[in-house]
Amino acid sequence: MTQTNHAPADTEQRTVSLTIDGRELTVPEGTTIWQAAKEAGIEIPALCHDERYDPVGVCRMCVVDTGGRTFPASCIRPCESGMEVATSTPEVERSRAVLTELLLADQPPREEDPKQTTTADNELIEVADNYDIATIDDLFKGPGRGTDTSNPVIAVDHDSCILCDRCVRACDDVQGNDVIGRSGKGYSTRIAFDLNDPMGESSCVTCGECVSACPTGALTNKPINNIPIRPRSELDAVDTVCPYCGVGCALTYYVDRERGGISFAEGRNQPGNQGRLCVKGRYGWDYAASPQRLTAPLIRVDSSYPKGPLSADVKDEAQQSNGKRGRGRKPGGLVPYEEVLPHFREATWDEALDLVARRLGGIFAESGPEGIAGFGSAKCSNEEAYLFQKLIRTAFRTNNVDHCTRLCHASSVAALFEGVGSGAVSTTYGDITNADVAIITGSNATANHPVASSFFKQARRNGTKIIYVDPRSGTVADHADIFCQLKPGTDVALYNGIMHEVIRLGLVDRDFLASRTTNYEELARTVEAYPPELAAQITGVDADTIREIARLWGEANAGVIYWGMGISQHTTGTDNARCLIAMCSITGNVGRPGTGLHPLRGQNNVQGASDAGLIPMFYPNYQSAGDEKARVLFEEAWGTELNPEKGLTVTEIIKSILDGGVRGMYMLGENPFLSDPNINKVRKALSQLDFLVVQDIFLTETAEFADVILPASSYLEKDGTYTNTDRRVQRGRKVFDPPGDARVDWEIVQEIAQRLGLDWNYRSPQEVFDEMVPLMPDYANLSYDNLGSEGKLYPNPDPEHTDGTVVLFDDRFNTADGLAHLVPAEWLPGKELPSEEYPYVLNTGRLLEHWHTGSMTRRSFALDSIAPRAEAYVHPEDADELGLKDGELARVTSRRGEIVLNVKISHREARGNIFIPFHFREAAANLLTIDEIDPMGKIPEFKFCAVRIAPVADRVSTTVGGSAS
Amino acid sequence: MSRTGTFPEEVEARLALDAKEIIARYPHSRSALLPLLHLVQAEEGYVSSAGIAFCAEQLDLTKAEVTAVATFYTMYKRRPAGQYHVGVCTNTLCAVMGGDEIFESLKEHLGVGNDEVTEDGKVSLEHVECNAACDFAPVVMVNWEFFDNQTPESAKQLVDDLRLGKDVKPSRGPESVCTWKQAARLLAGFADDRATEGPQAAGPSLVGLELARKRGWAAPDPDNLPTAPAADEGEGGTK
Ligand code: SF4
Ligand code: SF4
Ligand code: FES
Ligand code: FES
Repeated sequence: MTQTNHAPADTEQRTVSLTIDGRELTVPEGTTIWQAAKEAGIEIPALCHDERYDPVGVCRMCVVDTGGRTFPASCIRPCESGMEVATSTPEVERSRAVLTELLLADQPPREEDPKQTTTADNELIEVADNYDIATIDDLFKGPGRGTDTSNPVIAVDHDSCILCDRCVRACDDVQGNDVIGRSGKGYSTRIAFDLNDPMGESSCVTCGECVSACPTGALTNKPINNIPIRPRSELDAVDTVCPYCGVGCALTYYVDRERGGISFAEGRNQPGNQGRLCVKGRYGWDYAASPQRLTAPLIRVDSSYPKGPLSADVKDEAQQSNGKRGRGRKPGGLVPYEEVLPHFREATWDEALDLVARRLGGIFAESGPEGIAGFGSAKCSNEEAYLFQKLIRTAFRTNNVDHCTRLCHASSVAALFEGVGSGAVSTTYGDITNADVAIITGSNATANHPVASSFFKQARRNGTKIIYVDPRSGTVADHADIFCQLKPGTDVALYNGIMHEVIRLGLVDRDFLASRTTNYEELARTVEAYPPELAAQITGVDADTIREIARLWGEANAGVIYWGMGISQHTTGTDNARCLIAMCSITGNVGRPGTGLHPLRGQNNVQGASDAGLIPMFYPNYQSAGDEKARVLFEEAWGTELNPEKGLTVTEIIKSILDGGVRGMYMLGENPFLSDPNINKVRKALSQLDFLVVQDIFLTETAEFADVILPASSYLEKDGTYTNTDRRVQRGRKVFDPPGDARVDWEIVQEIAQRLGLDWNYRSPQEVFDEMVPLMPDYANLSYDNLGSEGKLYPNPDPEHTDGTVVLFDDRFNTADGLAHLVPAEWLPGKELPSEEYPYVLNTGRLLEHWHTGSMTRRSFALDSIAPRAEAYVHPEDADELGLKDGELARVTSRRGEIVLNVKISHREARGNIFIPFHFREAAANLLTIDEIDPMGKIPEFKFCAVRIAPVADRVSTTVGGSAS
Repeated sequence: MSRTGTFPEEVEARLALDAKEIIARYPHSRSALLPLLHLVQAEEGYVSSAGIAFCAEQLDLTKAEVTAVATFYTMYKRRPAGQYHVGVCTNTLCAVMGGDEIFESLKEHLGVGNDEVTEDGKVSLEHVECNAACDFAPVVMVNWEFFDNQTPESAKQLVDDLRLGKDVKPSRGPESVCTWKQAARLLAGFADDRATEGPQAAGPSLVGLELARKRGWAAPDPDNLPTAPAADEGEGGTK
């Protein structure tokens, strides 16, 4: 397998020889003096330069003497043959000292400097101290350049700015957000956001990269929740991983032990994220400190039976009767504790756990394996996911165990298994640098995989052509060479059309097809029927664009496809993914650097939870639950008999409850009430359960239906491993103890297991990991000790010495015969097409600032202040036609329900389409969605249903922050 | 997204055609930024958010980059200017020769401050830097046409005439003054064929030339220059 993603090195590297401070050096041509000096151990002071960015040479702190008439800036001047460089002559030092003095003259006094008074690492002050320069007060000072505090978590102090351009390069070159520039001239020159707007009103996405770039107090973090920002040396640094998305950025939390809170977070270098973070990772960690955390086990009181929803919103009163709307509505729209808590009483752990074991055990005794099911979560660690599925499978002899992967990439995984024999990505997101062409499709990557998208944008600046295929014109479209805005639900037709053209142009890779694939003829026959003109008719993309894409893709030396839930969350999700597999296979674009298939994983541990067996049809490592050999293997490993029948999936479990099948459920960190399609059906099902135990960190909507609620630990309170979208297994480290009586999840699962008679005695997550690895061939060789601080990619033949395998399938696929199986697909329309009564297509998805059902992000100060309210995104012309005004209320109705929310006029939507993020319980998008599922992946069609939308008359918009109405 | 506005479709389409013509004049499209900023200024009388977005879009630059340029050069206005933009030179020579006084009296007379517009939208006032017409100091410009050797009185008369819509005649160049928007379009590179109207240089500007002619002076032969000092290293930071 290929180990590296570097192009073969240029063997004829030219070098130059020079002396620096009398030392003779030979360096590759193009090396700057500053870099050469650094490598020789000579530090030249710098202000505008930082190795993370291309040099610009604007501050002149790094000047050196090369014997010429002037001092060149060493950070940008390349070494020349025979050069004699002196880095620290008295004249050079005098030049630096004067420069420092002049820069310092404009700076705020030390005791007020926003950086010196927080992290105390103002680089200009450091230089000044080195030159023994105090602030000079008698120099003329200008009128000042002002401050900008409009961003909730980033403070701008223009007077501290030395115009080094580091933030500009961080924003443009690293994150690709293109927000910062300069404005004005002379003394009044300042950094400017967009059109010189206040930062908080600009297109800034609060990734904080500019803050981490700034050498002075110009850009600093504001304290969150009153935990002051202090010097790193006074704080405890915990190296861990971001808890949000599948990108899995490595980060460090700086923890204030005295105050028991996180002071700030910083990106950490790891081959994937390379120190970058997005707003969620950098600023969204305070949810764990919310006063709303559950801290004691809760048991439903007798008077609150028969069971049913407890809060007005979950009962749906609010939505049904206009008059009552707003009752119990809380700022941030979270579950109203005061409405729900009176229905529960606090209990001891023993009482609660005994009750759980007795009731679930009882139901199992009466109804057998069919009576029990468990939902785990892709937020669980690998160890927790493993233990949870082991509990359900061994204690209750059932494979009815699933998690939210069902709702995101189940169809992709189904297609990948069938096609290439493995559900994991075949290459990393960073491998895009080696691609000539990348197709990004059905993915709003800038919002949902922000740091991965920064690498996409960077690759494009370095020449990778980006083709973006999506019904919404997301920010990725701004960075695409070709933006292909297809009608929702027409993906199969588009790719069939492209493949038709690739074949017609003779751009297929014959050798690859012959030696590495099967079933090409049938595929070719199917796509024969999709000439670009027909595909154009179905998709709304013009035929020439389809031809252009086909040519670009067919001619690329290396092409890679990244996709998101716009592909998978359809009733044709599996077919959509099959097309992508075929696209790569017919052009030989798998198994080499810069090629491959990458379904961008949503949750931080959706890959790991699936790997660990939180899936009804698979034991750990995708060993089929229906397969005799696999069953015997696990029966032996776990010392008990297992059920040979595959289990039910999330959506099937809900149905089974309504049919009287499943009667008892254990939910670990899952909130199906908001995340599953067709909430009304879920509400009915949950009320009907004989026994439900919910283990979570907050009161969720689902917990309103519980008999027992167990207070769990947040990500920040436990150790464990997490596997990101790249197959990188990383260690998450404990930052705090759980609050009150809350306990870590793996312990709770173990307690229940013991009470159900299982002989479990794990002492740490590490012990669990050690049990998993021998059962999971993909994880072979990995151990807590060799994961290191950067984690390791799997498969990994030698984790002590290598980062792991970037590119899979270089000579065979994971299928039994080693070949890729091409599966043709015919285009089928969405299940619920727009009609006269419901003329709009509803698309659902996420916002950059929020996460799933919002239980974490809506309790984060930064994230909730940036995106406080639910909005329906509507094209300006549709809005005009319907009389909808930006910021005013509208009612959106589908055949299943209706919600009321604010209108956002957005040129990113296509006409006839409406987009609603699903994070907001007060306007839960999944009241509207349809629970039709993909026949193979069993994934619901979140991306397509028919709705109508109309202004809500006589009603003013809710205040921002949702605090009143 | 930022609060960027956009032009109505028909305006966008018309300007895009002009932009295409401008861009075609340069080997690198980004070189067309200055004339493009004049183009959008000609449309709205100033460089609006929509104008910046338009330039960024046409040249594949970021809005922040366009903003940097648009705010660097004072000839681009981020707020609507008057129909006649009056620039009073207050640089050294003009200032000494009465420019400061003219500027003060115009402020009072028009009731506006620096870079402000009269209520009727007719006249905006600004103190400008040297116009390379020091030999006619003090100089006032209207939409970049010269009015030489001004006094507070003549300048007040000038702005009154402008506000009343009377024809005014620049000291040099064309016979009359066009509007601010027309001037911007001219600067965008769309000529109005009046470049040859009126005298370009006269009076004191030519004194030196006449003197040289009379005395038989000539410029040094470029192929035979006295030896120059050693070439600069190119990057500043003098010793
Ligand atoms: S926070 Fe991120 S997006 Fe915002 S200005 Fe800084 S680097 Fe750019
Ligand atoms: S990109 Fe994902 S993993 Fe990285 S900081 Fe953002 S949410 Fe966290
Ligand atoms: S560090 Fe080299 S010029 Fe700023
Ligand atoms: S100083 Fe006024 S034109 Fe030169």
